[in-house]
Amino acid sequence: MRYSDIAKGLILAVWASALPALEVEDRKSYPGEGGAMISVLSTADLDVFEPFIRQFQQDQPAIGVDYTVASSTEIYAAITEGMKFDIVLSSAMDLQFQLANDGYAQAYGSDATARLPDWAQWRDLVFAFTSEPAVAVISRERFSGIDLPATRQELISILRDYPERFDQSVGTYDVRTSGLGYLFATQEARNSDVFWRLSEVIGRLQPRLYCCSAQMIDDVISGELAIAYNVLGSYAERRRTQEGGDRMEILQLEDFGNNMLRTALIPRTAENVTGAGAFLDALILAGLAEEQTWAFPPLQPHARQGTPEFGPIRLGPALMVHLDPLTRRAFLSSWEDAMEQE
Amino acid sequence: MNPTGSIRRRMTISLALVAALLSLLSWSMVASFARQAAERTQDNILAASATIIAEAIRSEGGEVRLELPYAAFAMLGAVSEDRVFYQIETAGEILTGYEDLTTGSIAPAAGEVRFETTEYLDVPLRMVRMTRTVLAGEEAVPVTVSLAQTRNGIGTIAGDLSETAAALSVAFFVLAVALTGFVAQLSLRPLNELAQAVARRGPTDLRPVRRQAPSELTPLIGSLNRFMERLAGSLRRSEEFIAEAAHRVRTPLATVRAQAEVALHGAQSHDDKQRLRQMIRAIDESSRSAGQLLDHATVAYRIEDLSRDTINLAELAASVAAALEPTAGLKDIEIRLETSDVATLGDKVLLESALRNVLDNAIKYSPDETQISLTVDQQGDMACLRICDQGPGLAGQSTTDLTKRFARGATVTDVVGSGLGLTIASEVLQAHGGGIELADNPKGQGACAILTLPKA
Ligand SMILES: Nc1ncnc2c1ncn2[C@@H]1O[C@H](COP(=O)(O)OP(=O)(O)OP(=O)(O)O)[C@@H](O)[C@H]1O
Ligand SMILES: [Mg+2]
Repeated sequence: MRYSDIAKGLILAVWASALPALEVEDRKSYPGEGGAMISVLSTADLDVFEPFIRQFQQDQPAIGVDYTVASSTEIYAAITEGMKFDIVLSSAMDLQFQLANDGYAQAYGSDATARLPDWAQWRDLVFAFTSEPAVAVISRERFSGIDLPATRQELISILRDYPERFDQSVGTYDVRTSGLGYLFATQEARNSDVFWRLSEVIGRLQPRLYCCSAQMIDDVISGELAIAYNVLGSYAERRRTQEGGDRMEILQLEDFGNNMLRTALIPRTAENVTGAGAFLDALILAGLAEEQTWAFPPLQPHARQGTPEFGPIRLGPALMVHLDPLTRRAFLSSWEDAMEQE
Repeated sequence: MNPTGSIRRRMTISLALVAALLSLLSWSMVASFARQAAERTQDNILAASATIIAEAIRSEGGEVRLELPYAAFAMLGAVSEDRVFYQIETAGEILTGYEDLTTGSIAPAAGEVRFETTEYLDVPLRMVRMTRTVLAGEEAVPVTVSLAQTRNGIGTIAGDLSETAAALSVAFFVLAVALTGFVAQLSLRPLNELAQAVARRGPTDLRPVRRQAPSELTPLIGSLNRFMERLAGSLRRSEEFIAEAAHRVRTPLATVRAQAEVALHGAQSHDDKQRLRQMIRAIDESSRSAGQLLDHATVAYRIEDLSRDTINLAELAASVAAALEPTAGLKDIEIRLETSDVATLGDKVLLESALRNVLDNAIKYSPDETQISLTVDQQGDMACLRICDQGPGLAGQSTTDLTKRFARGATVTDVVGSGLGLTIASEVLQAHGGGIELADNPKGQGACAILTLPKA
């Protein structure tokens, strides 16, 4: 069965009108040879994920994949509001955890999930399939003549020393809108007080705030940004191999690194659980593969070689702390105070 | 005798059942303790986490503020993979957390820590609730922290511990069963020893059992001794009865025979004399039969309870020969003794009776003025008594035929006899582990009887 474009558009329209809650960033359907279809809701960009879907369909030609991209907060809202998806992939592990904790996920077990290390799954509800470090990306051009910082402390000194060079040229996540940015920021704040000092310094430089890693990296390559702080390592690595990639550099900050787990869960309302399970197994196997077969870094307990051993952010109830509205409000007000100084 | 089960098995089984019961009991106790301990641990962790959260509550500008402490939640996550729910409530208003978590439960008073087992989102929860008073501006506001966790973790811990306890219980049970077997063996040892001691006794040994035995065996030994006493008594009575019967039959026959003799002397006519002689002969037969029957009965009786005295066969042969010397003398028969000292174990009375019957045959069936040789010697580990006469021989009849009860040779109808003599001899010798063999004398005329007995 092949969806005609009209039909696809029609479905999209009906679906969008019926569920106005979800702000879809991108969507594509990959029909399979059989009638079965799995609906995937994910934060990962389509072009990043497409090769995996193609590979999956080669192994499971019968299963069609309907891939929808949305932001992590949109995804969280969609699931809690009862929208039906078969599998949910998100880089915001805190929101994924919250979904599982609150009973929106269903348990799944297979040979593949059994191979996952303990830290990469929680109660057979949430499964990690990549571990991705948060990194800083700099523009070679804008940093010419400056020794690259090796720690956050050194980065603070550099930003302080060249205020005019970095004015309006530091980019980071807008943690108010980006779930992943918020996760990185809260985890970093928890790990070290350097975070707040760095935020203060960045705040004084009239930073530019972003929703997404990809745009930030693009702006570094174009030279608009001198540095993008806390972007997804996987995106940065991928972008470096593409056009203009030589104009950027991934900064190895050695004092510590955040290592985020990209996770999958099968919602309780999933209709095609078998298909979702097969998709999840394929994700886990790709994540556990010795050789990197896709755009994402392999599942490993440490962010990078050479950084102190900060394990991946733990999948556990502590992730709920910063999702608490009171705590979030307090964190955001501190963050705003640091970021938005005139 | 068909045994109705075994005491040892019964003991082992009942002790094993007890051990199984105890194992089961100890397992269930350990399992429930483990569960309680796990539950208490969860309670403690919940209380600690809730305390940390409560301590983090502060007031700022008259408003209650809270940043959830990371440690409080990390702690909950460190122990088990349990779902966590929380709620912070101040004076009826939900500050943050899961709104309907505590529906139907009244907030505890300040300072009170309360544990509840409830259900939320269809899963069972363990919840701790505590209230802390915070000064918000001028006002003291009670703030209640409710922290709940699912109970999968304690289930797992308790399950693991219960499995370990089960394994230990099984090990304990196996050990107990092994020990049970040993104990059963040990407990039954006195009984086995008693049985062996009684079995080892000689056939006529009816003395009471006098052994050191556990008190539980005293009734058994007492009954055994009383039984043996009764048995000895009844044996004595039987012997007396047989003696009495022999006496009672023989005495009147003797009287009848004496009267018949007198009548014979006074008889005039040839016919009368002839009749009386036949009468006397019949009386002799009856008397002989009665004597032999009673002898046979005595033998049969004594054989059942054979004594084992050391008997010198040379002496025995001499005394029997001496006893029959007068009978032989009547026929001018000479008994030649040729003996060496050989001993056997047995009943002297019986062996005498056997030899007497055989020697009596030799005398009875031999013609006048002949010789009978009686030799005693040994062949290997058997003692050998050989009685040879110069009589008519056996006329081809076999030992088996002649030792049958009431079997008499066709050639000897004119000699008084009952046909029991060889039966008695054969039974006596067989009872002693020996035998009798009759054959024609290989070195000439007459018959030879060979009696064999195991040497002492
Ligand atoms: N020495 C012998 N010579 C010839 N025949 C014998 C001799 N001993 C036994 N017999 C035969 O064996 C038969 C059985 O002998 P047995 O001693 O049992 O009976 P019995 O002598 O006839 O009677 P009794 O009981 O009075 O001894 C005899 O009747 C006789 O025929
Ligand atoms: Mg005889």
